[in-house]
Amino acid sequence: MTALLEVDDLTVGFERDGTRSAAVRGVSFEVAAGERVGIVGESGSGKSVTAQAVMRLLPLSAEVGGAVRFAGDDVLGYDAKRLAGWRGSDIAMVFQDPMSSLNPLLRIGTQLTEGLRRHRGLSKPAAREEAARLLRTVGIADAERRLRDYPHSFSGGMRQRVCIAIAAACTPKLIIADEPTTALDVTVQAQVLDLMDELTDRHGTATVLISHDLGVVSSFCDRILIMYAGRVVEAGPADDIIARPAHPYTRALLDSIPRLHGELPRRLPAIPGSPPFGTVPADRCSFADRCPRVQDVCRTNDPALEPTATGRPAACFFPLDSVPVEVR
Amino acid sequence: MTAPLEIPQGDPALPGFGLRAWRSLRKDWPALLSIVLLVLLALAAILAPLLAPHPPLATYPDGLQANGAPVGPGGDFPLGADPNGRDVLSRLLYGARVSLVIGILANGLATVMGVLVGLVAGYLGGWTETVLMRITDVIMSFPILLFCIALIAVTGPSAKNVVFVIALIYWTALARIVRSLVLSLKEREFVVAARTLGLSHWRIMRKHLFPHLVPTIIVYATLGVASSILIEASLSFLGVGVPVPDPSWGQMIEQGKDYFQIAPWLLFAPGVCLILTVLAFNLAGDWLRDLLDPTAPERR
Repeated sequence: MTALLEVDDLTVGFERDGTRSAAVRGVSFEVAAGERVGIVGESGSGKSVTAQAVMRLLPLSAEVGGAVRFAGDDVLGYDAKRLAGWRGSDIAMVFQDPMSSLNPLLRIGTQLTEGLRRHRGLSKPAAREEAARLLRTVGIADAERRLRDYPHSFSGGMRQRVCIAIAAACTPKLIIADEPTTALDVTVQAQVLDLMDELTDRHGTATVLISHDLGVVSSFCDRILIMYAGRVVEAGPADDIIARPAHPYTRALLDSIPRLHGELPRRLPAIPGSPPFGTVPADRCSFADRCPRVQDVCRTNDPALEPTATGRPAACFFPLDSVPVEVR
Repeated sequence: MTAPLEIPQGDPALPGFGLRAWRSLRKDWPALLSIVLLVLLALAAILAPLLAPHPPLATYPDGLQANGAPVGPGGDFPLGADPNGRDVLSRLLYGARVSLVIGILANGLATVMGVLVGLVAGYLGGWTETVLMRITDVIMSFPILLFCIALIAVTGPSAKNVVFVIALIYWTALARIVRSLVLSLKEREFVVAARTLGLSHWRIMRKHLFPHLVPTIIVYATLGVASSILIEASLSFLGVGVPVPDPSWGQMIEQGKDYFQIAPWLLFAPGVCLILTVLAFNLAGDWLRDLLDPTAPERR
């Protein structure tokens, strides 16, 4: 079986004032039909740029290398017409901030129906009926009347529900959600995730969930990719990664999540330093300066993503579990 | 940053547009005066056949004194007569039609062109933008009046040609403004979101970008009518505008200028009308700008 989405050695570079900075440096992953894949990393790790490259949203000035294939087709080679037919019907996106991803001057009904009319060829009344049904499925009461409302009369959580309804309108095969819960209250976050869970489950929609929150991703996804400085540093089934992280960075991310049991640390551990910005040197591990397990070889060679003793690939010379070292 | 016009209709703290307009008008007497003037002007133009005491083109021997000089204001000719014995008030009323219709039509056409060019250039970018904006730059670098005269010289003077020529020149400013607005708008997330829905460029421009431009367009279109009326008057004054004998204010000033010493009303009547009209459009435009701009401080 071919994967629904194949990303193969994707690179994205931006050139600015003559200097070239690499945002994504060789990312490869696959998403099978109906599968949920999480991409986790700090700001600047390249997770959002990866998503934008897949959706072909990057500006023309971005240099994109590698390959993106959707159901076997070369996405990077799509012409404008093919692209417009693909987006919205086969693939859709949910954005971080529902305040800004809905047009403030258009009624919710208009924004819900335009995809339906374009991709499913519905008539105006049929599209409105379908839009009302969609609003009801995302848990918005009094749907017919609310179609006539503008985004400002919805709360943040409700707007994100509307955005999810818009994305799911044409039952795409894949939804990319770029930090869909980051701008929301914690209580609303859970509701929105439940909603995504329900909708994608019902239609067997594959999901790529991008987040900096390992907790959010691990509860939702089958598989997780950990990204750091434009690379995948660890990948594997969600439960395994949480239980036995191989990469010190994954471990550090897990340590910085507050625990509900056991003794609480006086201060939540944080990862010292900050991720590299702009040009990342290619001849060393990009995490070396922040890594508790750093050794000389880390500063002279860049580790490749290779299988470790945990059975999952990680880009580290000294992955956890292989050499038991007490971290902190 | 919130978009302009993002105002809840049902929220008592933020009154609706009509109510806000009325409230700000009551506080802003120049604006109120300008609106009243514009309404009167529009009525005068529409009702010209009813209001005018004489047909605008008819010549009256009574309008001339024994020595051939036009009679002054009063009596049968409320604003005096012109050197051909025609009633100035009647010509003024019919001239208001010409000025308003040409001003509004020319500027309407210019607005449509400017918005289209600005929207397409700003949204599509690349080659399209370069070509469109260089054309805009070239037209903007012409001396306006000279360019108009040259074009009229080629096409021949007629009201229709005046409209097209004015429109051909006036779309450039709005095109630049709209383009710069679109450049910042198209980076907003809702436009990116619309792209991920697979909507066509045309649909995104029309449905997602255009509503955000409306306040700006209204303001510049209002201000632009004043400039268009002035250009029409200038062209008519120079003899390349509305052809005689149809009255236009600029043409009336042109015909009156030689008789300034013996018949000053020939200059003052159309001149005052022109000044008041342009002033009213400018004040109304300023008022609209303040009203539609949520960042402008509210004057109390």
